[in-house]
Amino acid sequence: MGIINKTFRDFSNQKVSRRKFMQAGGALGIASAAPGLLAGSAAQAAMPAKGGHLSIAMPHGSSSDSTDPIKLISGHSIMMFYSIHNTLTEVTPTGQLVPLLAESYEPGADPTEWIFKLRSGVTFHNGKSVNSDDVITSINRHRGDDSASSMKSFIENVDSITKDGDLVVKFKLKEGNVDFPVILSDSVLSILPSKDGAIDAFDVGCGVYRLAEFQPGQYSKYERYADHYKTDRGFLETAELLTIADATARQNALITGEVDVVGDVDRATAERLGASADIDILNVQSPKHYTFPMRTDLPPFDNNHVRMALKLSIDREAVLETILSGYGSLGNDQPISPNNRYFNHELEQRVYDPEKAKWHLKQAGLDSLEVELSAADNLYKGATDTAVLYSEHAKASGINIIPNQVPDDGYWKDVWLQHPWCASYWSGRPTEDWMFTQAYSGSSNWNETYWKNERFDELLVAAKSELDEDKRRQMYWEMQALVRDDGGAVIASFANHVSGVSSRAGIPEVVAGNWNYDGYKLIERWWNKG
Amino acid sequence: MTHILKMLAQRILLGLLTLFAISLIIFLAVSMLPGDAAEAILGQAATPETVAALRKQLGLDLPPHIRYLDWLGGILQGDFGTSIGNGREINEVLGTRVYNTIFLALFAASIAVPLALFCGILAALYRNSLYDRTVNVVTLSSISTPEFFVAYILLLLISVKAGWLPSLSNVRLDTTFAEHLEKTLLPALVLTLVSMAHMMRMTRAAIINLLANAYIEMAALKGMKRFRIIVHHALPNAWAPIVNVVVINLAYLIVGVIVVEVVFVYPGLGQYLVDAVQRRDMPVVQACCLIFAATYVLLNLIADILSILTNPRLLHPK
Repeated sequence: MGIINKTFRDFSNQKVSRRKFMQAGGALGIASAAPGLLAGSAAQAAMPAKGGHLSIAMPHGSSSDSTDPIKLISGHSIMMFYSIHNTLTEVTPTGQLVPLLAESYEPGADPTEWIFKLRSGVTFHNGKSVNSDDVITSINRHRGDDSASSMKSFIENVDSITKDGDLVVKFKLKEGNVDFPVILSDSVLSILPSKDGAIDAFDVGCGVYRLAEFQPGQYSKYERYADHYKTDRGFLETAELLTIADATARQNALITGEVDVVGDVDRATAERLGASADIDILNVQSPKHYTFPMRTDLPPFDNNHVRMALKLSIDREAVLETILSGYGSLGNDQPISPNNRYFNHELEQRVYDPEKAKWHLKQAGLDSLEVELSAADNLYKGATDTAVLYSEHAKASGINIIPNQVPDDGYWKDVWLQHPWCASYWSGRPTEDWMFTQAYSGSSNWNETYWKNERFDELLVAAKSELDEDKRRQMYWEMQALVRDDGGAVIASFANHVSGVSSRAGIPEVVAGNWNYDGYKLIERWWNKG
Repeated sequence: MTHILKMLAQRILLGLLTLFAISLIIFLAVSMLPGDAAEAILGQAATPETVAALRKQLGLDLPPHIRYLDWLGGILQGDFGTSIGNGREINEVLGTRVYNTIFLALFAASIAVPLALFCGILAALYRNSLYDRTVNVVTLSSISTPEFFVAYILLLLISVKAGWLPSLSNVRLDTTFAEHLEKTLLPALVLTLVSMAHMMRMTRAAIINLLANAYIEMAALKGMKRFRIIVHHALPNAWAPIVNVVVINLAYLIVGVIVVEVVFVYPGLGQYLVDAVQRRDMPVVQACCLIFAATYVLLNLIADILSILTNPRLLHPK
């Protein structure tokens, strides 16, 4: 039928709503600013009817997928986790952080201590009630020397977890972090039932849906858990999540009515798919961005003039139009997107300027430049094409970019963080702190540009425990400017989440953009219109 | 007959030796691929410490020869072990996957083989006629087109436009036999189109080859009808090459249909193997490869036996 655009935030109104939020106080500024307008319209929407079924198809999923969060790797698992499990906190569709399994949370004397009060009377699908031991056991698995968890680096800051009765858990941190509760919203940190200090069952949770059947790499089936404590979600009686790797097969399945929702629609053909009767294209703004990280520890990228020359040599508009078919937005060489709370919307958009690039090259003492850019085909759709396109754009600045196509296999191990310049992407993070700490802090394992900026690292630490909203924003704004003008990443575009939706599926007024598939919580947030 | 039994025993022993060698080669080959299961699972999130910890948990820190011998010990007792990725019993998963793969292969073969033989015999009968040229052009075109393209065209026409058949062949554990047939008809048709040319043309060529022989001329001089000559006199002598091609195609239908599996979302062995290679799930890779190798060994053996049985000169050697 057409295209439904879900633009997350409109910055023409932003200042007003931000000020409102600040006046409202917002305990310690933990609850992110919700744009009042959107939240209001969501509240007005009628409550959807209960019952029915939806089938959702996504490309993610492998026969090796597991129900153990330590081995969580595919989007299929993430969606399964968010459906059958609950985390202590959750990010709402508007980007606010709210307590979920916790009834409330608050810092102790300072942000090095966090006290989570659990809801009482919550039960797992096997009838066992959720208590503080389950929380401690579930989180502790990710800590310590033996931890093989992908969240280890983020949870390492936890010094100790103690309980105060059955329903209170205290986290003691090594370093204060105002954004600590956000980390606990990650699907990897789901709360699982425990027994004598070990996880009792991996396929049993306390989420809105019970896992009825799971065939890794093929499908998973869900049944609503009648005793769940939330009434504002879980409209579907049953749901099914299918792995369909082939983009054309997914579209066919939607057209023939075998599934109701398909994710990761091929952007090039999305418009044609949306032209079919009974099918809409859902276009959701997202923080997912594609980067070309230069290793700032190696020549020639150790010279900021070279980095600037390269940043000015890519035609972002053309990349957005050709590679993303317009389903995205322009990047400004920094990773914070308009979805984020402290997005610096006053930073000027960087544009294609070969003349200025030449000037920077000259400042670096160079007449011309030849650099290799490594990319793999399936890293994301259009990764190698972007490299080729970039190479064409850069010719005007006297820069010869040699696109180097490498295998997908072992990319994260052998190319990323290894080659002087390569393609990479980030799904975006709920907070500025998380994004910056993971990918730009000088001491991070994932500092893909090997960028070490004293001022930036100072600000990063200071902002973690800064309670004053205004000062904190100023810090994050300055950090965005630093990354943009001194950092090593060329960030040309943010990619929207593009899905195909049949008219049978009920879509909420506000669709989350933090992750695809309505923040991977589609199953509990959407409904069947009958 | 005894020499057939002797050959059978010999070939089975050799086959087992081949399988052993293959398992060793696969193990070494997968070990040489960059990265292991721990790195594949952690992906972009990997740090040296977490990779080391996961390796330890998964038993990947043991030296390769120990891991290989462990695996070999299990396999000799008929146990393929457990998947590194999710700890499931490979035997269980393999059961349904193998069933699905063989189901589709046999379904496709049951359409393709009779059709190919029939078209081939007719093509030999009406050599160089309009029919002969047409059937050649059609089958050669479809074999020259990539499988996924044939699949997309059929999907578009039969499933998306006409709506006669489902576009997904996602069979489940609770799928009935009739549903299974309905869901796999489209992929079976695709496989028929891409495998028929070989068999059809071999049938035609083998028969035409024999038509120049003196005994065929004799039969013709006796006044026999051409169709009878071909079916009763030429075909029995043409079986050997035809059987060989049919069997090779059968093997292809079992081991080489990953693309068709992906397009139709059919849970067969091919997809299982590709997933396992991507995640470096060694026991699963080994299990799939052994089954594929065993398929080839077994089918080749069958082809040889059938060639002997259909050839009196081989059946009763001096």
